Amino acid sequence: MDTILKVENLSVLFRTYAGEVQAVRNISFEIEEGNVTAIVGESGCGKSVTSKSIMGLINKPGIVSKESKIFFQDENILEYTEKQWENYRGQGCSMVFQDALTALNPTMNIGKQITEKILVHKKVPKKEAWQEGIRMLELVGIPNAAMRMKQYPHEFSGGMRQRVMIAIALTLNPKLLIADEPTTALDVTIQADILEMMKDIQKTHGMTIILITHDLGIVANFAQNIIVMYAGKVVEKGSSEDIFYRPAHPYTEALLRAVPRLDVSEETLETIEGAPPNMAKPPIGCPFAARCKKKLPVCEQKFPEKAELTKGHEVCCWLQKGDR
Amino acid sequence: MKDFIIKRLAQTLLVLVFVSMFAFSIIYFSPGDPLYLYTSPAVSSYKMTEEQLNDMREALGLNGNVAQRYVNWAGKMLKGDWGLSISNHQPVKTQILDRLPNTIGLMGAALLLSILISIPLGLLAGYYKNRWIDNIISGISYLGISLPAFWFGIMLIIVFSLHLSWFPSAGMRTIGVNSAMDVIRHGVLPVIVLSVNNTAVFVRYIRSNTIEQKEEEYVMTAISKGVPKMRVLRGHVLKNCLLPIITMVGMNFGTLITGSFIVESVFGWPGLGTLCLDAINSRDYTMIMGITMLACMVLLIGNFLADLLYGFADPRIKQGREK
Amino acid sequence: MDKKAMKKLFFSNKMTVVCTILLIVIILASLLAPLSPYDPDAVNVAEKLEEVSKTHILGTDELGRDTFTRALYGGRVSLMVGFAAMCVAVVIGTLIGTISGFKGGKVDMVCMRIVDVFLSVPSLLFIIVVYSFMPRNMVTLVFMLASFSWTRVARVVRAQTLTLKERDFVLAANALGVRQKTIIWRHIIPNLMPQIIVAASLSIANAILDESALSFLGYGVQLPMASWGSMLQSAQQYILHNPILAVVPGTMILITVLCFNVLGDMLQQILDPKLVK
Repeated sequence: MDTILKVENLSVLFRTYAGEVQAVRNISFEIEEGNVTAIVGESGCGKSVTSKSIMGLINKPGIVSKESKIFFQDENILEYTEKQWENYRGQGCSMVFQDALTALNPTMNIGKQITEKILVHKKVPKKEAWQEGIRMLELVGIPNAAMRMKQYPHEFSGGMRQRVMIAIALTLNPKLLIADEPTTALDVTIQADILEMMKDIQKTHGMTIILITHDLGIVANFAQNIIVMYAGKVVEKGSSEDIFYRPAHPYTEALLRAVPRLDVSEETLETIEGAPPNMAKPPIGCPFAARCKKKLPVCEQKFPEKAELTKGHEVCCWLQKGDR
Repeated sequence: MKDFIIKRLAQTLLVLVFVSMFAFSIIYFSPGDPLYLYTSPAVSSYKMTEEQLNDMREALGLNGNVAQRYVNWAGKMLKGDWGLSISNHQPVKTQILDRLPNTIGLMGAALLLSILISIPLGLLAGYYKNRWIDNIISGISYLGISLPAFWFGIMLIIVFSLHLSWFPSAGMRTIGVNSAMDVIRHGVLPVIVLSVNNTAVFVRYIRSNTIEQKEEEYVMTAISKGVPKMRVLRGHVLKNCLLPIITMVGMNFGTLITGSFIVESVFGWPGLGTLCLDAINSRDYTMIMGITMLACMVLLIGNFLADLLYGFADPRIKQGREK
Repeated sequence: MDKKAMKKLFFSNKMTVVCTILLIVIILASLLAPLSPYDPDAVNVAEKLEEVSKTHILGTDELGRDTFTRALYGGRVSLMVGFAAMCVAVVIGTLIGTISGFKGGKVDMVCMRIVDVFLSVPSLLFIIVVYSFMPRNMVTLVFMLASFSWTRVARVVRAQTLTLKERDFVLAANALGVRQKTIIWRHIIPNLMPQIIVAASLSIANAILDESALSFLGYGVQLPMASWGSMLQSAQQYILHNPILAVVPGTMILITVLCFNVLGDMLQQILDPKLVK
């Protein structure tokens, strides 16, 4: 399978009053075309910052370090001109934000917000763009699409609003879709509907999706690949089977124990004790060491090298060094 | 939207009732007997009978208790009978209506000027937050808020009328000249003075609004759609920044009215303000009351219109959901 | 934010420090006005309308009174009226604001409608009209000014009370059965202090500005007492030959009001970390 996106040595830091916060620290990964890849981690682990870097949405006080490279179809997008960025955003890659209520302009009707994207990128008559907008709303399962085009965000329910958000992102058929916690703000039942709809569209269109979430539960039968992030680092990545059935990092194991499961009824849910480290002064060693139950003396002194367990299953943990 | 209009209308009427009670109390508590002119032997030698006096009181609405008199008076006001001026015995209404256009013109020009200047300045300052251009604009707006308008007027007269002789220092027309240009020349300084305070308030408001809107997530959505940044500013941010100004203009109507009174007195502009100050000096209570009522009505209508306009411009309110 | 951090932010901002120093100088100067060799009210026709000189550093007015000395004494009146009006406004505004926010429901409705009425009338016009009936003295003036500026304090205080009401320590006190009056005095009002200080600073600025406008129109401080505003009123006739008579009091008003406005605004930014960023 082809690689559509390749992130190399990405680091992002934020200059604040409290000092430099290293939100993302030198991470690398690849996204395969036509697959769903989930980036999983607690809030503040850098997953959202990573997705914003891919969209080129890091603004002051955030800075993407000079060594960072992000290749989209073999072009380093971090060297793009403003014009190229505009072209890439929308046609190459597009994004679904967590809270559709704030992510949609409250004083502009839905139709205009969709057609705006079409009209910016393509020279088509407004009428045609409007028809395309209706088609997109129908695609994401919004009934009465022609009428709803003229309505404003506050007239939609939470779930419908998120569908609108997805419709806007899917317009112009971008090659890569980033969904940043697309269902977190919604009720559980609506969450399931939306995920089902996204799955359908992904399958029929063969879309590449990066799903950003803190909830391993929604990842299970959606993503083919999973990247686990902690404190600005990628600590483990692999196929869905690798992560769910053969987790190698204690943090991944802890995350899995925190997901409610139907198949194991007697087990009680566990929480991960402690809090992630302060990113203004990240520890030298493994950042999870302080909360890890299997900690070794070396863990606090040096960050573990990447170890490839099986093809595509990589982990950064001292426990996996040598003895496997 | 309908509910919104009804609610605002009710509120406006309520305030109007309060104001009218206040205005009525001016007459009610005013010292002296309104029939003095007819009863005092010093004024008239004809001695009226008690019956005639009673008829006269009836005619002037002076009989009955406070409530009856208020209702009586309010009815007359509503019918357009605002009484006679105590000092010159001319109808109050015609005198006020004569002067009203002058004040409205002054206010309108100042408001227009404020809006025209404050929108670009406010947007600039907000967009370039904490850069040098923002520091300059914010500094000037602080000055504008703290400037005593009448003093600023005097300073402008000293510089531009007395020393440079660019503009006349007082009045609205040169005697014997009857051209629009002449009125405009007389109006330049008063309009500038009247607009300073409002401009400063608007600039600060638009600035903080712009800063807020720029950080909103919908801006990020628009950018991630591939919309060029300038177009995002024009198409999304601008409208949401400028919407609340409508409310702001409505809220500042009061300052504009009192400001125009002060400016008129500095520049001898023949408007409601000078009429009102003259009336107060000569204790012309009917006149004071008439002007007070009118000023409040202008203010309330301005507020109401601003709210209405905002309601139409913001879809969230238009569809009956208040923020 | 804790008090230490606030203090640090306050003193790290050049603007706030400059304004504080300027205000201290102005207040001290007006307090120390009696040290001036001239009597502010002594008429000396021989020295009337003098230019700037060594003996009269800012010249004299139409009655030969020293302008500098009069400006210092005028500052006493202006600052005093402004301060007193602010105090009255803050007391009324805080009381109504906390009660309105704390009680909620109908009480809140009625209070806010009253605030609306006050906000939607042209204040200065009303003050002038009422003032023409009332005995013209400082007490009336202060109360008239305060009667139209308490509304702003009330709004701020109400909004803050609404958020404080939901805070744990207030909820806890409520659950323990502490009387409402005690909760308001012990828990709500002390925590409103920062917001009240900001409102007070802006309110002084407004009161001084309004007082000067009233005095300028002849409805404020009454002769022989002089404030900066009434000095301007009498200076108006001499602007052609002796403009400094008008420049001095106006500049004093401008600087004082500016300092209070800037201070109030900066304090607000320090209190609201969202704006600092």
